[in-house]
Amino acid sequence: MTVDDAVTLITGTRKGIGKGLAEHYVRAGHRVIGCSRADVDWTLERYTHYRADVADERAVKDLFTDVRRKYGRLDHLVNNAGIASMNHSLLTPASTAQNVLNTNVVGTFLFCREAAKVMATNGYGRIVNLTTVALALKLEVEAIYVASKAAVLALTEVLAKELARWGITVNAVGPVPVETDLIQSVPRDKIERLLSQQAIPRMGTCDDIANVIDFYFKPESGFITGQHLLLGGL
Amino acid sequence: MSEDLTALIVGVLVEQGAGWEIETSTVLGKETPLFGRDGVLDSLGLVALVVAVEQAIEDQYGVTVSLADERALSERRSPFRTIGALADYAGRVIDGAR
Repeated sequence: MTVDDAVTLITGTRKGIGKGLAEHYVRAGHRVIGCSRADVDWTLERYTHYRADVADERAVKDLFTDVRRKYGRLDHLVNNAGIASMNHSLLTPASTAQNVLNTNVVGTFLFCREAAKVMATNGYGRIVNLTTVALALKLEVEAIYVASKAAVLALTEVLAKELARWGITVNAVGPVPVETDLIQSVPRDKIERLLSQQAIPRMGTCDDIANVIDFYFKPESGFITGQHLLLGGL
Repeated sequence: MSEDLTALIVGVLVEQGAGWEIETSTVLGKETPLFGRDGVLDSLGLVALVVAVEQAIEDQYGVTVSLADERALSERRSPFRTIGALADYAGRVIDGAR
């Protein structure tokens, strides 16, 4: 495989980390496929966008049918799409819990499942799931979000075993806070308290995350699976 | 459609049979047990078959289907117990998807 041939699918690319990763892998020469619930207001060469809710099984199946027909392969998947609910658990309605779990857990599961089917055909694949440092910190006021990412980590570890037979690795990266819409509503003092628990107390960048994903993506990383790397020195 | 789907499944098995360590002398037909007692596939082989059949159906029938089923690993009522059972099940899934 040459880098020019590599096909990379990233979920949640409309903005934030997903958009940054799409730009990063286009620059790296990959053919990049992205998706989000709404259309994107930007374009990139060698980038194709799909409008899909990651938790909608039919939409996900249709997306992968199209990917298989157009590209005949999938080398990399980044499950980036995620939503958070910053709220005390006593004030969190069931509908919010369901939404967060659907997008973060069911969405990640469906993309892993369908991506693995395409990857298995070629006996090669790299899947990277995004978690969060909030998981390691057992961050309060984010119970459902943290629980959903704990499930994503568990999924990563089990799928690593299930998919190893087909040359597919499954790993996770846990970013520290990055300036995105996801943390817009989090009070500044809470962010500062969070950063102070890191060995390197600064906000993260998209490049920090891309650097870890680059490592997981390397063909030489074929012996690394089921791993979880936290940024910032936690 | 059941006969066509049986042929499709047999085709997939023959094409990839070597990879699944299926006895090449086995005569494959509707009654061939796929999974469970006397089945020609182990659980990972079943996974690989289902994936390949889903893709073959998409290519030949132009519909996107999911053959995932919670009864996959139970022998008695599993739609994966024989080639014929899988063909019938796939036919119902295709009808539902249209």
